[in-house]
Amino acid sequence: MGILDKFRPLRESYDALRAAGHDPFSVCFDEALSPSEAMLNGRRVILLGTNNYLGLTFDPDCIDDAAEAVRHAGTGTTGSRIANGTYGGHAELERRLAAFYGCRSAMVFSTGYQANLGILSTVAGRGDHILIDGDSHASIYDGCRLGSAEVIRFRHNDPDDLARRLRRLKDAPGSRLIVVEGIYSMLGDTAPLKEIAAVKREWGAHLLVDEAHSMGVLGRRGRGLAEQAGVEKDVDFIIGTFSKSLGAVGGFCASNLPDFDVLRVACRPYMFTASLPPSVIASVLRALTRIEEDPGLRARLNANARRLYDGLAAQGFSLGPQVNPIVSIRMPSMEVAIAFWNALLEAGVYLNLALPPATPDNVPLLRSSVSAAHSAEQIDDAVAAITGIGRELGVVEAPAPRARAGVRWDAVSGSRPRARGAGAVPERRGSGAGAASR
Amino acid sequence: MTQNNTIIDVIVGMIGELPHGIQGVGPQTNIIRDLGLDSLTVMNFVMALEDHFDVSIPMDRLADIETVGDLAAAIADLKGR
Repeated sequence: MGILDKFRPLRESYDALRAAGHDPFSVCFDEALSPSEAMLNGRRVILLGTNNYLGLTFDPDCIDDAAEAVRHAGTGTTGSRIANGTYGGHAELERRLAAFYGCRSAMVFSTGYQANLGILSTVAGRGDHILIDGDSHASIYDGCRLGSAEVIRFRHNDPDDLARRLRRLKDAPGSRLIVVEGIYSMLGDTAPLKEIAAVKREWGAHLLVDEAHSMGVLGRRGRGLAEQAGVEKDVDFIIGTFSKSLGAVGGFCASNLPDFDVLRVACRPYMFTASLPPSVIASVLRALTRIEEDPGLRARLNANARRLYDGLAAQGFSLGPQVNPIVSIRMPSMEVAIAFWNALLEAGVYLNLALPPATPDNVPLLRSSVSAAHSAEQIDDAVAAITGIGRELGVVEAPAPRARAGVRWDAVSGSRPRARGAGAVPERRGSGAGAASR
Repeated sequence: MTQNNTIIDVIVGMIGELPHGIQGVGPQTNIIRDLGLDSLTVMNFVMALEDHFDVSIPMDRLADIETVGDLAAAIADLKGR
């Protein structure tokens, strides 16, 4: 009996997936050329699934600051925040994040995943209750598992179900912490935050909003969904990441709670991991300035999101419910999703293959994310490639040709049967083991 | 125990109403292994059951539930709180 024998069914599924062509779990780029293009197996591909919302990974100022930091302060801190791993840059970034959100405090973590792991496992303890949206990211599920609070799942984006579950707790002692996301990573839908904040107030709960995909994307100043929905004063904890709109790696939690800083000596995923290297801190500081000073980045991002969403919707693809920088296409089956993803890669378009149980309602998805750095031509090229393959695979129909003089109707035939999958689908999603990173 | 049996009856009834045409369910039936349901169907079924009995089953307790009898016992315990 080998220790890895229990993974045999998983191994078999994985091998079957790889037999279909490229391996979606180990795409290895030869080189990233820009925020919107890379070389993959010797060929140029459009990057349409990298969460690089503002395209800041190649921002010249961010690169300059990172390069200067690595020369001055070295390649790494070789220590945790509570030992030798706190430099002036870490403290400055925390002050800047707090100021960005108008909060008292912010804590920087080494990844966004660890920010959720640390905050959720620490702020809610034994006797407390965490109420999470069923479609939450894996880092939220894992943060709950690491802690000692009772965890209750409510139906995705359903404030009434949340309220029912708070009512069911009756007079059980302990605090209640509600956890939602600004933009959900699989379908790009936003939380009904105004309504959730109202439930929070009614039941005297605390509220955590994970703005991983919405920071720098939503809100007049780019603070995220809480700003856009006008409920920032109701949010007790904002979680965010540096690995999406800020173009680097790392995570944070911002809060206005007076005693928040005690978490620095209580939160293990903060205390017992190496801190971010000075080069990352420097590029993130500069990226934050770019978000504050250049609203044109968000305008370009939103225009590109609209262009991709409308372009695909016009061809008949079944998309997520809202226009956001995450644009996901529902696939009729796993087989079609895998074939579609492979064909797109051959056609020079990289996006994400998202498979059940990591997807809402167990529907396979082709998940794309647009960037402010995409040109209109790149988006149009991607829409054309997706449409061509979609028609070949029968995911969408070719448009019926218009009657013109000289065209015989009986000569126009052969459109493939429609093979669209999910129409109206029930709420909730699988295990929360989404492949999207934090 | 009477209450437990009542809950088991409701669970069996609700499983029978699923479009899967499942028969012969009892307290010993293993929810994942014997019913052939995917995780999504199980989760929606559990949420419907939670609404029926007006309880929320915490995730750590869900993880320990294997059989219909386990599920009924968890609900009975939560109802009794």
